[in-house]
Amino acid sequence: MLKKAYDWIDERLNVTPLWRDVADHDVPAHVNPAIKMSAFVYCFGGLTFLVITTQILSGMFLAMYYTPDITNAWYSVKYITDEVLLGNVVRGMHFWGASLVIIMMFLHMLRVFFTGAYKKPREMNWVVGVLIFFVVLGFGFTGYLLPWDQKAYWATAVGAQLAGSIPWIGPYIQTLLLGSHTVGALTLTRFFAIHVFFLPAALLVLLALHFIMIRAQHIAGPL
Amino acid sequence: MSDFHERASREQQPGLSRRQFLTYALGGTGAFMASLVAVPFVVETFDPIRRGGANAFVNSGHKVSEFNKTLPQLVEFRAHRDDGWNSADIPSRAWVILQEDGSPLAMSPICTHLGCQVNGTLGPDGKPEPSQDGQWWFHCPCHGSKYTVYGIQSPGSPAPRPLDVHKVKVDEAGYLYLGPLQQRNSAGQVIS
Repeated sequence: MLKKAYDWIDERLNVTPLWRDVADHDVPAHVNPAIKMSAFVYCFGGLTFLVITTQILSGMFLAMYYTPDITNAWYSVKYITDEVLLGNVVRGMHFWGASLVIIMMFLHMLRVFFTGAYKKPREMNWVVGVLIFFVVLGFGFTGYLLPWDQKAYWATAVGAQLAGSIPWIGPYIQTLLLGSHTVGALTLTRFFAIHVFFLPAALLVLLALHFIMIRAQHIAGPL
Repeated sequence: MSDFHERASREQQPGLSRRQFLTYALGGTGAFMASLVAVPFVVETFDPIRRGGANAFVNSGHKVSEFNKTLPQLVEFRAHRDDGWNSADIPSRAWVILQEDGSPLAMSPICTHLGCQVNGTLGPDGKPEPSQDGQWWFHCPCHGSKYTVYGIQSPGSPAPRPLDVHKVKVDEAGYLYLGPLQQRNSAGQVIS
């Protein structure tokens, strides 16, 4: 039944080469844990992407109940946690997943570093990876404010003061970051917009570059 | 050629081939893990379905004995509404008349045509008085829907059904409590 539907579409649009090109590859022996167990370290990049995917999904579903407003944000988060059926599970996925992305990304970076995979000709992909690292840190920083509880407020207040301590331009950066001279309503809307619109767009572009470059250059050879 | 025949004969063997078994096992495991992620999303999305409408009864502040069987009286009360993380007491109105058997009928003033507030027939002192328009006591200012004192619409009205009525309760002290609204059919019987 499914096969028939697929064949019907494939006959008309010839989609098989499209997904073959994306998905159908031999796994090189030195990155295949089935051959050598220690090759599991090559999984961390894919795991980072998997967790990022679940972060995007759980974030989309949280956004149905969240509101970025200083009087209501905390109540909407409380509503998600206490009232919505399995809302605490979805929020928990996003909460724990956020830490997991950072952990997986860091392990991935260690693997790339210690296998020397960043060396020529893959320097540009290392640079893109570092940009992804900064974008993910940006997700963490902006997302931390959104529940609008004490921890969120003071973490952002401290973060803003760190930015403000930069010589000469610090105060300007701080004001631009907060959208105001103190952490408040404008900070919350600003961080929300950055968290759900700007950073995802940047992340998707960078991930596409990251993957296209891997395809063009292949996985680095064995040690 | 022989390879082809060998494969063809293997495919004719009953049961699963190794490749098919592995495909199913991997696909099943993958589907299970994907559903672990997806199920909370679906359940969370469908949360509003399990929430009923407003079910609370609120005290109208009036005793049933204050009403009569001839003309509806206007009752102002505050309907409690839970809206996500907000809850509010919304100022609301109902027209209350006693039916033949003495039970209270609490009608919403919202016209069933397009939702305007219908007017009762009031004297200069703001007290209900008998209609000048035959049996039609409520008049809608928007499109001229007319209703009897029991909220039954006139045959020529654009209103498709009688005025909605509140579920009612009466406590030991005789106070009237107003609950959720219900629709009625043209015979005046509650249908939902």
